Amino acid sequence: MVKKILSVAACVLVLLFIYSPILLLVVYSFTEATVIGQWTGFSFGLYGDLFRDSDIMGILFNTIWLALVAAVLSTILGTAGAIGIFYSRRKVAKPLQAVSQIPVINAEIVTAIALALLFSMVMLYRTYFSLIIGHMVLCTPFVVLSVMPKLKQMDPNMYEAALDLGASPRQALFKVVIPQAFTGILSGFMLSITLSLDDYIVTAFTKPETFDTISTYVYNAVKNGTNSSTPALRALSALIFVVMIAAVLLLNLRARKHTKKEGAR
Amino acid sequence: MTSLRFSRKQLCIPYALFLILFVVIPMLMILFYAFTVSTPDGIRFSFSNLVNFFTSEAKLSTLLMSFTIAIISTAVCLVIAYPIAYILARSKLKKKQVLLMIFILPMWINFVLRITALRELLNAIGLLESHNYLCTIIGMVYDFLPFMILPLYTSLEKLDNSYLEAAADLGGNKFNVFTKITFPLSMPGVISGITMVFMPSMTNYVVSDTLSNFNITILGKQIDQYFTTYYDWHMGSMISIILLVIIFLSMLLTGGFKDSKNDARGANLW
Repeated sequence: MVKKILSVAACVLVLLFIYSPILLLVVYSFTEATVIGQWTGFSFGLYGDLFRDSDIMGILFNTIWLALVAAVLSTILGTAGAIGIFYSRRKVAKPLQAVSQIPVINAEIVTAIALALLFSMVMLYRTYFSLIIGHMVLCTPFVVLSVMPKLKQMDPNMYEAALDLGASPRQALFKVVIPQAFTGILSGFMLSITLSLDDYIVTAFTKPETFDTISTYVYNAVKNGTNSSTPALRALSALIFVVMIAAVLLLNLRARKHTKKEGAR
Repeated sequence: MTSLRFSRKQLCIPYALFLILFVVIPMLMILFYAFTVSTPDGIRFSFSNLVNFFTSEAKLSTLLMSFTIAIISTAVCLVIAYPIAYILARSKLKKKQVLLMIFILPMWINFVLRITALRELLNAIGLLESHNYLCTIIGMVYDFLPFMILPLYTSLEKLDNSYLEAAADLGGNKFNVFTKITFPLSMPGVISGITMVFMPSMTNYVVSDTLSNFNITILGKQIDQYFTTYYDWHMGSMISIILLVIIFLSMLLTGGFKDSKNDARGANLW
């Protein structure tokens, strides 16, 4: 009994630590006070300000657009890469997989300055090209890592059977291999979106001067001390917290149901 | 048949080119910059960046301070995460996966926003202004805690109950069962948790900047400064190489770190 109470108390304390900043921001997004801690009455005012603030809305749009483009490109490149590596000889596959691990293990700041050095040499520093490549370097290795296990689980005879039944290699690839690896491809895509949305350092070193994502905008707002003068950011954070928490919970509960069904089969 | 196999293998060519162009070449450029200096007569090979780093008191003290912050943050993470992971993994609740989810959910929320929220909280309770180191460490723990909980949970969940029962049957008391069976068997989780937290705690300068009002310079921030403030790319590259050596050494020390980041980032969770 004592053990149980202690366990629950430990869990509650840690959850409090994890969620209190988030809760604080959500609560204070419903007041127009400039400083957190001074409640000036309930209001949706900040949300109104937020949706009227074309700067912030533009940045929100940029962030989502960048994540989608980077995730789609990374997923295509990474899926093709994983399939290619899977069917290659060890001599080719091993070094490719090793190099593919570099951005995973490396500190982000090192990845970022390495790309900055490269792009400034070829005059592409701080362009949309360098930005998207930067995000792809972060995301693609994770796509490869998510697709690879699905290919290993696949029955190798399926591909051969498709060919025997008259499919062209291209058809066999799109109708047999890719559907079999689909859950891996999807989780690689979702992971890429998350990594891209979460990124600050690589973005800061590769983005065009006038382009901002939520990460770089908020960091710069703190840096320039304008953080507290734009309370609308509070509403934005609160909104993102709530949307992300809901999305992750929903997606995971659904995924969990699916795997249970598959497990039962 | 050989021609068909060939066509599938070709799919890795774009990725191979991508890796060479955007991973291998940039890393070689860092190596090149680290061991060269710019002189009026052009760029020339030199060890002076390396020598400068290890003879500069300021740089060494940054390294040491960064190390200390990372060690404390990692230790605190471990002390908080282990009991939580243990409770969750050993619980008999049917919905323990959902409970775990609630603990690691912040992983999916933009970390700059979370750290700014924490800044507001620390400011509201009056810690922010005068406790730079404390706030930075709280921030590191706050940001990286899920990355410690997840691998610990995974290794503790896999633990075979019959080992624990056997140990108890053979007369081990609870303390002995934990120190001789449970903890050693959870070592893979402990190690991958440590590697997941330690390196980012030395380099993620968004956390230290935001929570120390730009007063604390960790190793990652120093690299940033050499690029964006001092425009000394050679020294910046040398510090990166030193950081890479630290990462490499810590991987050798801890061994088998393979794929741990992928595990923890939760490819299996989406």
